[in-house]
Amino acid sequence: MTAFKTLSVAMLKGFVRDKVTLFFTFLFPLMFLVIFGLVLRDAGTDRTRIALVGDGPIVSALRDSGTLEFESYDDENAAVRKVEDGDLPAALIVRGQEVDVRYAQSDQVESATVLGIVNGFVDKANLAATGQPPRFTFVSQKVEDATLEPIQYLTPGILSWGVAVSAVFGSALTLVSWRRKQVLRRIRLAPVSTTSVLSSRIIVSAGVALLQGAIFIGIASLPVFGLRLSGHWWLAIPLLLLGTIAFFALGMLVGAFAKTEEAASAAANIVVLPMAFLSGTFFPVDRAPAWLQVVSEIFPLRHMNDGMLDVLVRGKGIEALAVPAAVLVGFSLVVGFVASRVFKWEE
Amino acid sequence: MTEERAAVVVRDVRKSYGELKAVDGVSFTVAEGEFFGILGPNGAGKTTTLEIVEGLREPDSGEVRLLGESPWPRNVKLLPRIGVQLQASSFFEKLTAKEQLQTFGSLYGVSHGTAADMLELVGLADKANEQENKLSGGQRQRLSIACALVHDPDVVFLDEPTAALDPQARRNLWDVLRAIKERGKTIVYTTHYLDEAEILCDRVAIMDTGRILALDRPAVLVRGLDAPTHVTLQKGVVPVADAVAMEGVEEAHEDEVSLTISTRRPAPVLSALAERGALDGLQVRTATLEDVFLTLTGREYRA
Repeated sequence: MTAFKTLSVAMLKGFVRDKVTLFFTFLFPLMFLVIFGLVLRDAGTDRTRIALVGDGPIVSALRDSGTLEFESYDDENAAVRKVEDGDLPAALIVRGQEVDVRYAQSDQVESATVLGIVNGFVDKANLAATGQPPRFTFVSQKVEDATLEPIQYLTPGILSWGVAVSAVFGSALTLVSWRRKQVLRRIRLAPVSTTSVLSSRIIVSAGVALLQGAIFIGIASLPVFGLRLSGHWWLAIPLLLLGTIAFFALGMLVGAFAKTEEAASAAANIVVLPMAFLSGTFFPVDRAPAWLQVVSEIFPLRHMNDGMLDVLVRGKGIEALAVPAAVLVGFSLVVGFVASRVFKWEE
Repeated sequence: MTEERAAVVVRDVRKSYGELKAVDGVSFTVAEGEFFGILGPNGAGKTTTLEIVEGLREPDSGEVRLLGESPWPRNVKLLPRIGVQLQASSFFEKLTAKEQLQTFGSLYGVSHGTAADMLELVGLADKANEQENKLSGGQRQRLSIACALVHDPDVVFLDEPTAALDPQARRNLWDVLRAIKERGKTIVYTTHYLDEAEILCDRVAIMDTGRILALDRPAVLVRGLDAPTHVTLQKGVVPVADAVAMEGVEEAHEDEVSLTISTRRPAPVLSALAERGALDGLQVRTATLEDVFLTLTGREYRA
């Protein structure tokens, strides 16, 4: 058995048998995903719902277009009362050729929407009735805008955060506990290179990150959450690995300064939590104030997040990896170098 | 002893931490196959000395040869030939006794089967699948020694292996240490138990405040003291006045339960007691390393 392989297996066993770590690696981020995913699910604007009395070609056209939703009433007064009570913004009353709209004065935006839509359909019907070809043509097309449904930005955000947390805590706590328990000394006294020890620990973290990715994406894709992956989702794999290395390096830096596991845990939290909030883990960073967006550029998590969003849900290709990958690699090199300078074998 | 056959040679090693002279001119040689003890109270400099010999610390001055080589800086060629037992808690998280051994063994390229065999030597075969943190203090200590031996090193360093163990666990560990010696290993160990050093070691170095005060076979050190032998009897078997009158008796005193006679010539005293038929429950205590320490430092030994 090579040292690298046995050490990897040993560390994997240690990880799997530690219930607290398992909780914070998998269940804790999943809790955020589930809670935010469910709470924010219906935050998108619904179609306007109005009362309807009667039927006719205009109503059929409206129904086919799907722009409005109808609540049917037999009695005109009942429909109007719904508007008066403030339950519905408008009532559409069709009497043969006559289309009558009663709308609530209070909600002008919604009323104007309803009036505009209905008017549009009435005009179109009138034009069709004249048999004249239209003089002006109106063309419209859907544009995919940057605004995402909550689950679409929550999944990449919480995944990046979960990977960051487990890599930072994993490396910082392992380092501090091994130093305190003199496991480091024992390794130093064995004819084994630090590279194989370090790389076996990183391999475990990387495997954990990929598993986190599979589980989080799998759960977010359940119909109840409704995540839709873009075609290039697999580009998230290199990002997960680069992110693991970057945050592992950060954990080594934290672990170099912390003397006890408690101190390491507190320090890791101080580093990771603000970074998570400012990097768009729980809300899209483009909704934050401009200065905050600039500040967040310094965090590797922000770039990992951006990359994840681009490849997982925005359908961008490999070119979207360039900046995040460069930032993560650069961060790993700089922080890893500093961590190796301040690394201590002994307490 | 010639230095070519020596496993460890230490010449005038010094190490200071600021004002504190942790090791202040220590020299000794350990022969191959020898069981060598360094003993002294906490803070005597035992552990620092051991760490310098193991190559974990650089001495300020002086020379160390370990199996003919310099252990500092980290000498990868030397590492497979030495085994170092560390604190009882130096284990990987959440692994069983067997997995600990296999993992440490793999650092030296030892096969998993060989590693697991070490459990037999330290009497932990039935605990192979127990997680390390479920073991008792003595079992952990034995596992820790097994981990130090897993790659079959020539020289084994043990730093206070019996500290904080109950008497039964200590005695179990002694058997393990003797078994290691029978395998022909050189053992260098520190302890603050004088009685233990006396029983186990071929030679001991007694340290205090960074210096070696005495170095020899335990029996030679004790004999060199010219300390009296104490003969203890049940109270009332022999009157104090009669005891003082016996040939060779230097002093006799009595407390609530026993009479203690001090003598440098125990033979005539014991035959006189035998004549009186007073040998029942008799105990003879000769001088120990504890007395050596007391004589050398002028103060009571406190572990």
